This record gives sequence, C-alpha cells and structure tokens, in this order.
Amino acid sequence: MAVLKRHNLAGPAILVVLLAVGPLVMPTYWVMLLSEILIMGLMAMSFNLLFGFTGLLSFGQGAFFGLGAYTAALLLQNGFSNLFLILVAGMLVACVASLVVGFFSVRLDEIFFAMITLGFGMMFFSIAHNWIDVTGGSDGLPVFALPSLSLFGVELTFYTPVTMYYLVLVTVVLGSVLLWLVVHSPFGLILKSLRENKQRVAFVGGNVSRLRIAAFAISGTFTGLAGVLFCLFNNMASPEFMHWSFSAKPVIMSIIGGTGVFLGPLFGAGIFFVLEQVIIQYTENWMLFLGIVLIPIVLFFPDGVFGTLRKKLLRKV
Amino acid sequence: MDVLLMNMLNGLSWGMLLFLIAVGLTTIFGVLGVLNFAHGSLFMLGAYLCMQSMQFFDSFWFGLAVGPLCVVAIGVLIERFLLKKVYVRDVSYQLLLTFAVLLVLDDAVRMIWGSGYHVVEPPLILAGIINILGHDYPVYRFFLIFIGPVIGGLLWAFFHFTRWGKIIRAASYDNIMAEGVGINVPLLYTMVFALGTWLAAVGGALAAPQQSLVPSMGEKIIIESFIVVVVGGMGSFPGAFAGALLLGLLESFGTVFAGRLQMAIPYILLAVVLLVKPNGLFRKGI
Repeated sequence: MAVLKRHNLAGPAILVVLLAVGPLVMPTYWVMLLSEILIMGLMAMSFNLLFGFTGLLSFGQGAFFGLGAYTAALLLQNGFSNLFLILVAGMLVACVASLVVGFFSVRLDEIFFAMITLGFGMMFFSIAHNWIDVTGGSDGLPVFALPSLSLFGVELTFYTPVTMYYLVLVTVVLGSVLLWLVVHSPFGLILKSLRENKQRVAFVGGNVSRLRIAAFAISGTFTGLAGVLFCLFNNMASPEFMHWSFSAKPVIMSIIGGTGVFLGPLFGAGIFFVLEQVIIQYTENWMLFLGIVLIPIVLFFPDGVFGTLRKKLLRKV
Repeated sequence: MDVLLMNMLNGLSWGMLLFLIAVGLTTIFGVLGVLNFAHGSLFMLGAYLCMQSMQFFDSFWFGLAVGPLCVVAIGVLIERFLLKKVYVRDVSYQLLLTFAVLLVLDDAVRMIWGSGYHVVEPPLILAGIINILGHDYPVYRFFLIFIGPVIGGLLWAFFHFTRWGKIIRAASYDNIMAEGVGINVPLLYTMVFALGTWLAAVGGALAAPQQSLVPSMGEKIIIESFIVVVVGGMGSFPGAFAGALLLGLLESFGTVFAGRLQMAIPYILLAVVLLVKPNGLFRKGI
C-alpha cells in the first residue's frame, strides 16, 4: 500500500465516480459512445505500456484485439455463455499469441520493431480474412447471444446499452488498475529503464529480451481483454480489427493524449471519439479533419494534449 | 510454362512500379532519416494529377510530365512547413505526422475526385496487346518492365556521377560532416524530399493506365513499399530494386502456389527477412 500513498489518487477516483453516475443522466447515444471510448482507452493504455513505458512502438496491437474478439465470438456461437470464461479465454488466447509474436519481435528496435509487429499483425489479418469456415471471412462473426453473469444469485444480462456500459466500465477500471500496478511496480521501473537505455539494463544483469517479452505479453493480454469487450459491445468480431489501420488507432490516441502519463491514452481515446462525433455532424470527410487536428498536436504538444495540460497545471500549483 | 511466363511478366511489371515508389522512400529515409507514411499518398496524387492534367491536352505524355511536377510542389510544401520541424524528434512522431498528412491527402482526393473508380487510357502506341510465344499480353506492361530499369539506371548514374548525387550520398552517410564542409543541408533535405516525391508521383502516373484510380490506392502500396524498403535494407538503392522485384514476383507467383494465403506473402517475407537479416538483404549505402 506504500505505492498508493505516494500518488495522488483523488483525480482518478473522481473520474471513476463521474463515469459511474454519468449514464444515469446521459442520453443513450452518449452512453454507447462512452463505452466505446472506455474500450478503446483500455486498448490504448495497454499499447502505451509498450510504447510510453517500454519504448517499443508496436503496430500490430490489432491482432491481439481481434484475437480477443474472435475468441469471444466463437465461444458464444458454440453455446458458452459464462462471462468469466469468455473474458479469461479471450485474454489467454491473446496472451499466448503475444508471447509468440513477442518472442520473435523484441530482438528488434524502433522502426524495425514497428515493421515486424505490423507484419505479424497483418498475417493474423490475412488468416481472419481468408479462413472463411472459421472466421466468416470479410463479413466477420456475428454474436447473437450475449454472455450473462450470476452474481449473488442474481442473473445479470447485458442487452441494454446501460447494462453493457457498466460491464465495460467495471472491466476497464479493473484492467486499468492492474495495468497501473504493473507500471508502478519494480517491474514497471525496469521497463522504464529499458526505454531509457537497454544496454545498461543488460549490464546490470537484466535479461532484456525476457523483460520485453513480458511487457509485450502483458500489453497483448489487456488488448485482448479490450477486444472481448468490443466484440460484446459491437455484437461482432471482424477482420478489420486486425488490420494495420486499426492498430494505428491506439498509436494516435496515445500520442494525442500523451504517452508519458498513465491515463493519457484514455483521454486521447476520448478526444478522438468526441472529435469524430463533432466533425461528422458537419462533414463526411472526418479523416481530413482528423489529419488537420493531428498535425498541430504532433508539432506543438510534445507531451500530448493531456500530458501538456497536466504539466502546465502542476507547474502552476 | 504459360503460367510461369505470365506470372513472371506480371511480377516484373508490378515489381518495377514498386521499385519506383520504394526507391524514393528509401532515399528519403537514407538522407532525412524519416520513414514517410504519406509516400503512398504522393503516389496516388501522381496518378490523379496525371489524369487531371491529361484532360488539358488529351495526352498521356503531357500528364506524365506535368502531373508529377505538381505533386513535387506539394511535397516541397510538406517538407518545408511540417517535416522540417520533427527531424530532431522521435521516429514515432515523424510516423504520426506523415500519417496525418496521409489522412489529409487521401480525404482531399476523395473530396475532389470522388471515391469512385477512374480509368486512364494508355497512350495509343502502348495500347493494345502483343503476341509473345503464342500468348496475348498488354503492351503497356512491357513498357513498365522496360521503363523501370531505365529510370533506375538514370538514378544510379545520377547518384554516382553527378555532383549533387555525390552530395546526397555523402549527406546520407554523415549529414553533420556534410554541413561542416559547407553543404546547405536544409536545402539538400528539401531537394531530396522533392526527388523522392517525384519518383513516387511518376510511379503513380505510370500506374494509372494499368490499374484503376481509387483514393485508397496509396494506402495499399505504402505498406508494400515499406516492406520492400525493409527487406532490401533501409536506405539501400540496390536493395530497393532487388526487394521490389522479389516482392513483385512472389506476389505474382503466390496466386499459383499459395492459394488463399497469398495475401499473407508480403508479411511473411517481411518477418523472415527481419529475423534472419535484420539489416535487410543489402547493407546501407545509396
């Protein structure tokens, strides 16, 4: 618990409370948008464990997201409806896959690491796209029956947007807390030192590749969890989740929000989706405006929007 | 035998287009150190602007000459006002910035020319088909197979025998030293980016009669040219040539031997090369 005392947790606590009461007063549409933000935020935070904290730019996170989603869809189609089983199975599959991909990828650095993870991600995409008997090909796998959860004798189902939102919220908060503990553990500290100088870590006896594989697998596992949630939320697993352009989303969100702050990517996801909602009210060309907004963010906010604002605020206080 | 020949020709003509794009990408990376995500969009712009400028004089050759020059103007603006500011920053910011440029260019093209298909007719001399060993084959693809090595050879001569070519090679080895001996490095960077842009745009203009024009054509080719550049060796000129032909042929023959897994071939090639020879097949050196 010493870890907790050193950190100011008032902000995150207020955030959780706001997120918990929000749907009671919000229109359904915003509840669904918020669910999507939380899911993609979890994906982006898992990505940022690799990128912001370990210094590895992965361009293949979509593969693990998609694996989580397909695992959930396949289990549901085959009659399994236990929520825990589905969440754990999705994470396990993503974990195993990220161990394998990580084993091969972590020996490379920087742009080469980005390229090889992109390559592996696109291999998974090709499989999902072409193994039609299992994955449904480019149509994806639809999900008709959602899992349920028996808690203290009460059967919980998630067919309304609000109940789905609470499932997403609870899972994402738990996932984020676990990720936060990883980042602030001694292991997390070693990851940061890997980012700064991996030779030195090797000199003092750290096994660089094993540490990196561990980071990659943790990131992949939580990305898989986000994928399971997205499958339930979206009633669908699609090969598009594994495409490199999907893998680019957590990269964009993290850099918008700020890679040096734990919650930065979550805020990045929020900014991303709210921006999208605002822009598509005026024009269909949302990509154009995303690009126009991204350029100044990259140029003038080196710590991301959330990161830079936080720095300014903290300096004033 | 027939299948072999046809796939060989298809692979070579596609490989030559890949080469034109990849050689620009690899030169920009070699000198500026930036992996340009928007390079595929410049290729696409080359195709669209070739089509657009063709309409003034109804000549493909006019489009081929003028279209890429317009793209170069856009490229110079991108380098001067955007890229310049991130040379000192981390690779990921450069990737994201050029990705943002990609989003803007692709959607701008979608706004201007619509998201539907456009067709560019090849010039009359290159239209039609030719009979080769008893098979009909489009003349235009032969033209591509021919023009690729021509441009590649000219480029190689430029890098090795001209003053500017030597300066570019010197700067790619050590740009601080180049600046030290009095070379205007910022200007050089702009010119190298312009050259790379021109190559991508010419590739696009040459591709226009062979494939239909859609705004997403850049997105597809950028990943393949990344693969070519990494497989050949980042910054390597012969690597770009060998990598492009290798990928072109593998993809073409993949339709025969790989069946449904054909889609994965470029990525398998990428992963295998990165694992066996992380520096690419050819070491650095333009």
